[in-house]
Amino acid sequence: MLLEGILITIVGAATPIVLAAIGELVVERSGVLNLGVEGMMIMGAVCAFGAALATGNPYAGIVVGAAAGVGMALLFGLFTIYLASNQVATGLALTLLGLGLAGLIGEDFVGTPGVRLEAITIPGLSAIPFIGPALFDRDILVYLSFAIVAGVAYVMFRTRAGLVLRATGENAEASHALGRDVRLIRLAAVAFGGACAGLGGAYLSLALTAQWTEGMTAGRGWIALAIVVFATWLPGRLLVGAYLFGGVIILQLHGQALGINVPPQAMTMMPYLATIIALVILSRNQALMRRNTPAALGRAFVPDR
Amino acid sequence: MKKVTSSLLALGTAAALSLGVVATTQADDETIQAAFVYVGPVSDHGWSYAHDQARLAMEAELGDMVETTYLESVSEGADAVRALERLARAGNDIIFATSFGYMESVGEVAERFPDVKFEHATGYQSGENFANYNGHFYEGRYVLGKIAGLETESNTIGYIASYAIPEVISGINSFMLGAQSVNPDVEVKIIWVNTWYDPPREAEAANALMDQGADILVQHTDSTAQLQAAQERGLRGFGNDSDMGAFAPDAQLTSIVNNWAPYYVDRVRAVADGTWETGSAMGSMESGMVQMAPFANMAPETQAVAEETMAGIIAGEIHPFTGPIYNQDGELVVAEGEQAPLDMILGMNFYIQGIDDAYPN
Repeated sequence: MLLEGILITIVGAATPIVLAAIGELVVERSGVLNLGVEGMMIMGAVCAFGAALATGNPYAGIVVGAAAGVGMALLFGLFTIYLASNQVATGLALTLLGLGLAGLIGEDFVGTPGVRLEAITIPGLSAIPFIGPALFDRDILVYLSFAIVAGVAYVMFRTRAGLVLRATGENAEASHALGRDVRLIRLAAVAFGGACAGLGGAYLSLALTAQWTEGMTAGRGWIALAIVVFATWLPGRLLVGAYLFGGVIILQLHGQALGINVPPQAMTMMPYLATIIALVILSRNQALMRRNTPAALGRAFVPDR
Repeated sequence: MKKVTSSLLALGTAAALSLGVVATTQADDETIQAAFVYVGPVSDHGWSYAHDQARLAMEAELGDMVETTYLESVSEGADAVRALERLARAGNDIIFATSFGYMESVGEVAERFPDVKFEHATGYQSGENFANYNGHFYEGRYVLGKIAGLETESNTIGYIASYAIPEVISGINSFMLGAQSVNPDVEVKIIWVNTWYDPPREAEAANALMDQGADILVQHTDSTAQLQAAQERGLRGFGNDSDMGAFAPDAQLTSIVNNWAPYYVDRVRAVADGTWETGSAMGSMESGMVQMAPFANMAPETQAVAEETMAGIIAGEIHPFTGPIYNQDGELVVAEGEQAPLDMILGMNFYIQGIDDAYPN
């Protein structure tokens, strides 16, 4: 019972981070660094909550949450890709904008119980001991998070579209010379990243806690960003990193409840520390790091320059 | 020069945006300008919400006498110094800093602005123009303890705590003294989340506690997430700082409700009269600062005990920290029949006997 409970909560803690991080991975693979994940995520959370409340349908919330993330991402794309503004500064501004705007939009939602996203039980599989309830008796966003990671891994490394995306992130000029529309490719990647961040936010306000509260992302967007880098831009490792992070979050809570004598500050630090250490070890392989780091990351591309 | 001004302006706007400034119109000299600094969003339905409700109540009562401003979600530390300094420069007459962690910042800024009155909630430092105020919230926690001790079936209480500061420690001890007085077998499991406000993390902590067998949750954090988590599992708990019943109508047993309004009215009026003096104010259940949300979801007998306890505290017949009280090492810290001195309660740095958990350093 306890183990099942732990696994269930670990999946809950990891899912929003998986969603936000896999989107950012695609963005960065296209050569764009969007530091606005936190802002897109919280906009996703507030818009998903509002739409679910207005329609009474959490699935409408999911769609609107993703759309809100896309909207924010397109704003970012307009500035950084078409107007070639500084990606770091614009991304930070996007986070600040998102946090403020979400607070404004959400003012009336505060104190209102939300609509909860119900689980969809997969018959058979959900009866597997331990992992069944944690993985196969969940809401659609949990299933979607795995599907997106698998889809990204496949498209990125097994299809022509993925090759084009990666080429654009490695060398935008070369991709341009080959006749690719670098800016459109990057905009599409940024929009995808926004949709995923929006879904991650929607998970917070529809599934993890059916409520809207200001600042409820509480830094999860930044964790997602860090995990992308430490996962050396590889989807599989990203999944490992996010689950490791979620796992340590939950285990440190259980450790405390069991009365393990470690200072609570150190316990709270553990998820960050464990994730960074594990992923630093994973990314010690310099050749792998070099091979996977998008060479054009963070550099604006202007076609006529 | 123009460029400098405009970039400064932009900077100011950015700072205002990130801090969420709400400024009211300029007032004439007669009007008292009062400013509030909150650690969380005013919409947290917890600590900061309670302070903001009191600000509004104070405004309503004093009318034209006062103009108020507030800054929300101001981090403890350097941000707090900047926020306080800005409010002091903006011509405020009195500034209320409403989180324990602002204490050093208030001390620092108060020295530089001797004409501005500073009020700091839940701290222990003071100065010429720097008063502190607090409530005996542990009185409320003692009542929660009685209710939890009577209502628990698993004899396991889950306690979600924020930071290991005396206020929270004395709350845990007071709660357990109340619980032990009605149920000698009661145990508490404590999780420190190291935040006042992070709803998803608070919900995760709540789930962890319930997974480990807790059937009643207590919180010393500010969001409503754990009550909702309890409701979802058909378990119960207590709100904090304000009535959170609307979020979890089947789960909330009661909630400690902080009523700061009378104090704010008094202090602002004192500034207007020129009678403001520094000091350490202590509200209590008796003074009306510590209130309880309506009792719900509990047996009538439990409710009767809770009401009796409240009446006893208000009448001064019951004091939560009445000896004999032993610490975890079994040493007698408060002798039989005696009451813990206020200094001990406000600076509490030990767990009482019966808390089966290591004291956080």
